[in-house]
Amino acid sequence: MLKTIIILLPFVLIAVFWAMAARERRLANDPSRKSFFERNGAVISTYLLVAVGFWAIMMIVLPQLYMVDYSFHPKLPPSERGGPKDVYTLANYKFFLFGPQIGNEVTWNTTHIRAFFLTIGASMFVTFVNFCLCYPLAFYLAQVATAQRLRLLMMALIVPFWVNEILRAFALRIMLGTSGLINNALIALGVIGEPIDFLGLDIGLYVGLSYAYLLMMIFPLYNAIESLDKNQIEAARDLGAPWWHIHLFVVMPFAKPGIASGCTMVFMLSAGALAAPLFLGGPNSLWFTPIVYDRFFQAFNWPQGAAYAFILLLACIFFVLAVLKVFKVGLGEITR
Amino acid sequence: MNSRGIMKAMIAVYLGIFFTYLFGPLLVMGVTAFNTPTYPQAFPFQTFTTHWFADLLGDRDMMEGLWNSIIIGLGVICLAVPVGLAAAIVMTQVYWRARSLYYLVVVSPVLTPGVILGISTVIFWKDFTEATGTKQIEILGMDFGLYSGIFLSIIGQSTFICAYCMLVFLSRLQRFDRAQEEAALDLGASFPQVFWHILLPFLRPAIFSSAILAFLSSFENYNTTTFAILANKTLVTVLAGRVRQGTTPALSALAVIIVGISLIGAIAYEVLRRREDRIAAQRAKVAREAERDGMAAVPQAA
Repeated sequence: MLKTIIILLPFVLIAVFWAMAARERRLANDPSRKSFFERNGAVISTYLLVAVGFWAIMMIVLPQLYMVDYSFHPKLPPSERGGPKDVYTLANYKFFLFGPQIGNEVTWNTTHIRAFFLTIGASMFVTFVNFCLCYPLAFYLAQVATAQRLRLLMMALIVPFWVNEILRAFALRIMLGTSGLINNALIALGVIGEPIDFLGLDIGLYVGLSYAYLLMMIFPLYNAIESLDKNQIEAARDLGAPWWHIHLFVVMPFAKPGIASGCTMVFMLSAGALAAPLFLGGPNSLWFTPIVYDRFFQAFNWPQGAAYAFILLLACIFFVLAVLKVFKVGLGEITR
Repeated sequence: MNSRGIMKAMIAVYLGIFFTYLFGPLLVMGVTAFNTPTYPQAFPFQTFTTHWFADLLGDRDMMEGLWNSIIIGLGVICLAVPVGLAAAIVMTQVYWRARSLYYLVVVSPVLTPGVILGISTVIFWKDFTEATGTKQIEILGMDFGLYSGIFLSIIGQSTFICAYCMLVFLSRLQRFDRAQEEAALDLGASFPQVFWHILLPFLRPAIFSSAILAFLSSFENYNTTTFAILANKTLVTVLAGRVRQGTTPALSALAVIIVGISLIGAIAYEVLRRREDRIAAQRAKVAREAERDGMAAVPQAA
């Protein structure tokens, strides 16, 4: 019953908007305004509607709604689905908070909760580090570099981006492993006596995340700073502003949409990263995405996995909204 | 003047560190592909070998994965480019009250973690194919069922790749001169004619670049694919399994091949663009000269 409503919801919404559009057109009484079908002709109209309808409804909206619905169901064998046991339940969310309950004592599911908050916190940290690393380069590319140099550096940035995420994680593993290059070099130089376990200490994980999403920060920043008029910087300099004033009060406010866009992308990608935690995380490292992964492929509890995925999704939505609020920019500006 | 010099030196040092960070690991990995030890090692360099490359070609799982990756990538192009184009055109025509909601819906996949897209795709299509009886469709003894890893991967990846393509088309459409459309309409063309003869030719470069973008994003995707591929495999999922099992120089060899291909692609793209720039510059120069000589009485297009 509820499921039918969920499935019909997007269609009803579209019908309502369509009717409103038709009514407004009638009231405007302007013959040059044509309806969608009159305007595009039958063939193109059908193509547009089918393509966008399939994408928006069958690929975006319904799967997401369906996943949420699924997360409120118990785990059941296929034969019992839709049967009397198939009721709405909060069990999967309770499991995230309290874990498997043994006896009457209420215990918190500390492992998962800690992993969740650690993931959010560490992703913010990685986002911040990447911003600090990328801002000078983006500024240099956008305002200082000559056209020739710009093209060369841009290409140098894009090429490693085409290397697969997993291979990049692998490259870092070669570097940071206990018998890897960095440890060998440090030992050879006599800086340390025995190898440092970078991967076990989660240093590998954070380096890997920062490394993987460096470019997601550079390009939005570059695009935003590039459109800043050089005269504004000159003017500020002539008026005696020190260099950090120029960046803090001239460049950064101007580049706000780019900063917001880069930050949301890096945060979202880090929080949802699967490759880096799987390949660079130590045996004790906690990251939320591999836990979600394990719900599916080790616990074989799909509804629970869906619940965990939904929790992650909520955290990401919350972060995006918070960034939009803090930077006072619209969604349209950050996805440009 | 002296502080300028210090500034310049600082920029140079910073650029040096940044690009070492970016390329260092890849270079080290490249060296390990040619070194003999079975644990990927750049230093000490023992003897030069290419046998890790030979290992790679003999790896059947990887070859099968590569084949699937290519099929999925082509499928994603066929789905995502037309859908992205349609979504961008609808964006210019959609009822204004619904525009922000429409934008929110179609851009949301870009801001959603890939694992979630994969999970929701699998859950939805599992029930959908069961309800409609399309889980298995046999045609000529071959299974074309919709609940298959390849199909689900195409759908799952396209969810966000369509949005990428749409953004590419939108940015090109922003430069579209409405006057061209109006001129055609004034001259008696119908809207479909404008679409075929003016809009599509104008968007052609965007079609090419979105197709390349779609293929590359699909080919290197892991987060969505690892869920959507089910029991099947792509090159990236095979790779992930190998990296989890342990590190071997054969993986470095694969990376060298991939980097090599990207490098060739990037250079070819760059050469093409430079030639285009040169032609455009030449044309502009000829036009300027013609105008100066008073031969062009026609007003210049904006």
